[in-house]
Amino acid sequence: MALSTEEGNRLAGLLTGHAERVMQRWTEIVAASLRGRLSQGELRRQVQELHSSMITAGEQGAVDLDSEQATELRAVLSELSRGRARQGFSASETAVSVFALKEVLLELMEDEDGPHTLRDYVAFSGLIDQMGLFTFESFVRTRESLIADQAEQLLELSTPVVKLWEGVVAVPLVGTLDSARAQVVMERLLQTLVDTGSPYAIIDITGVPAVDTQVAQHILKTVVAARLMGADCIISGIRPQIAQTIVALGIEFGDIATKASLADALRHVLRLTGVETGRRQRREA
Amino acid sequence: MTAGVDLGQPQAQAIRSDEDVVRVRQLVRTVSVAVKLSLVDQTKVVTAASELARNTLVYGGGGMVEVATVDNGRRRGVRIVFADSGPGIVDLDLALTDGYTTGGGLGLGLSGARRLVDEFDIQTAVGEGTRITVTKWSR
Amino acid sequence: MERVPILKIGDILLVSIQVDMSDQTAVQLQDDLAERIVATGCHGVIIDITALDIVDSFVGRMLSTIASISKVLDAETVVVGMRPAVAITLVELGLSLNGIRTALNVERGMELIAAAHADERELAFEDEPDTETTASS
Repeated sequence: MALSTEEGNRLAGLLTGHAERVMQRWTEIVAASLRGRLSQGELRRQVQELHSSMITAGEQGAVDLDSEQATELRAVLSELSRGRARQGFSASETAVSVFALKEVLLELMEDEDGPHTLRDYVAFSGLIDQMGLFTFESFVRTRESLIADQAEQLLELSTPVVKLWEGVVAVPLVGTLDSARAQVVMERLLQTLVDTGSPYAIIDITGVPAVDTQVAQHILKTVVAARLMGADCIISGIRPQIAQTIVALGIEFGDIATKASLADALRHVLRLTGVETGRRQRREA
Repeated sequence: MTAGVDLGQPQAQAIRSDEDVVRVRQLVRTVSVAVKLSLVDQTKVVTAASELARNTLVYGGGGMVEVATVDNGRRRGVRIVFADSGPGIVDLDLALTDGYTTGGGLGLGLSGARRLVDEFDIQTAVGEGTRITVTKWSR
Repeated sequence: MERVPILKIGDILLVSIQVDMSDQTAVQLQDDLAERIVATGCHGVIIDITALDIVDSFVGRMLSTIASISKVLDAETVVVGMRPAVAITLVELGLSLNGIRTALNVERGMELIAAAHADERELAFEDEPDTETTASS
C-alpha cells in the first residue's frame, strides 16, 4: 500500500494547504473518542507532531511506512502508542487517533472534484490503515513489556528468603508455583545458603494451594542442588490434601525430611545441630 | 520480525585437543554474556558445550564448532554447532539414553546436554559424521 | 599443561582449583592427589571449587574418583564451595556426585573432616565404623 511520488506530494500539499482546518478537525474527532481523558493541549501537540511528520514523509517522495523516508513518522507513531499504553488507554482508542485522519481527509476531499480525487483518497486511506496497524503493534509491544516488567517485580516480591536461626534459612512459599517462579526461588535460596553460610534450609509450602508433579519436581531439584552444595533441606507445611496428592501422584520424596509445620522443621534442625555441637564438645574434652 | 542467525560474527573454533575444549567453553561463555543470558543459563549452556565439544573430540575424532548469536525478534540467544566427520552414531535413541556410553564416560554427554539447552538437533550418518546444533534463549 | 597446586594444612590436603581445567589437568590432579595422600599420611582432602564456573560430567567423574581413591587410602574427601548455578546445572545434567561429601565452604569442610575423624577414633574399638556416606552430611 505504498503511495506514488505524486500521491505523496499531493497528500503533503493537502495537509499543508489546509493545515489549520486539518488539525482542528482531527483534534476534535480524537477528543470526542477519548471523552476528555487527555487534555486539549496534549492532544493538539500529538496531532501536530503527526501532521508535520506526515508532511515531511509525503514531501520526500514515495511514502511507504516501511521506507526510510518515513523514519520520523514511525518514531512519532511509536511514541504516541507508548504514551497511550502507559496512560492506560485501550488499543482501539489509540488506533482511532490515527484513523480519525480518514474522516478529516474525506471532509476535505468531498469539496474537491479533481481527476485523481477518488484514487488519491483510496491511496491515502491505505497509508492511514498501515499507520493504524503500526500503532496497534507498538501499543501491544509496550503493553507486553509492561506486563513482563510487572511479572518480574511480582517475582521479586513473592520470594523472600529469611534467616530463622544461626545457620538456618527458610523460604515461605505463597501462591502458585510455576516453572519461572520455582526457578527464581531455587536460585535465591541456594544463593542465600552461600551468602549466609547456612547448612540448613526449610522450604515451607503452607501457602501453596496445590502441588502437582511439576512443582514437586522443582522442589526435589532444589533439595538435590542444595545437597550438592553441602546443605540440607527440610520441607514443611504439607497439608493433608497435598500429602494425599503427593502419594496419589507417586512422587518420591526419598530421604528428604518432611515436617508438618515450620515450627516442627525448625525444632528438627536445632536438634540436628545440637547433636553436632554435643559431638564437638566431646571431642574437645 | 524474522528469526535468523546474526551472521555478523559467528565464531569458529577447531576441536583437536583438550585445550580446545577449554577454548570452546570460554568462547561460549563470552557469547552468552554478550546476549545477556542469566547466570544459571550461562552455566547450563557452557556445560552443555563442554560435554558436546568433548564428544566431538573423543568420538568424532575432532571437528569444528561454530558459536553465533541469534535473535528471534523477542529474545536473543546463543546457537552452537558441533560438526565432525567421524564414524557417526549407529543407534541415536540409544546414544541419547542416560547412562549409555561406548567411551567409558558417564554416558551423560548427549542426554545431559540436551536437557541443558532449549533446542537440540542432531544429524548423523554412519561413516560420515555427526552435526549437533543447540540453542539457548534468554528468558 | 597447568598443574593444580595441593597444599598441606595440618592433617588436611587442600586443593583449590582456580583455573578452567583441561581434561588432562584434571587427570593429573587425580594422580598427584593420590600420591600426596600416601606421602603425607593425611586423613582429609578438601577440594575447593568456589572458582569453578562449571562442572561438567568429566570433572564430576574426577571428583567421584578422587573421593573413592582417598577412601581406599583412608582419607575423607569433602568438596566445598560449589556455586548455586553449578549445582542447578549438575542436577539438570543428571549428575548426582554419589559418594561425595560436600560442604558450603572450606571452614565447614574442615569441621566435617574433623567430626568424621573424631567418630572414627571413638569407634576404634567398637563395631566397624559406618562407612556409608551420601552427598549430604
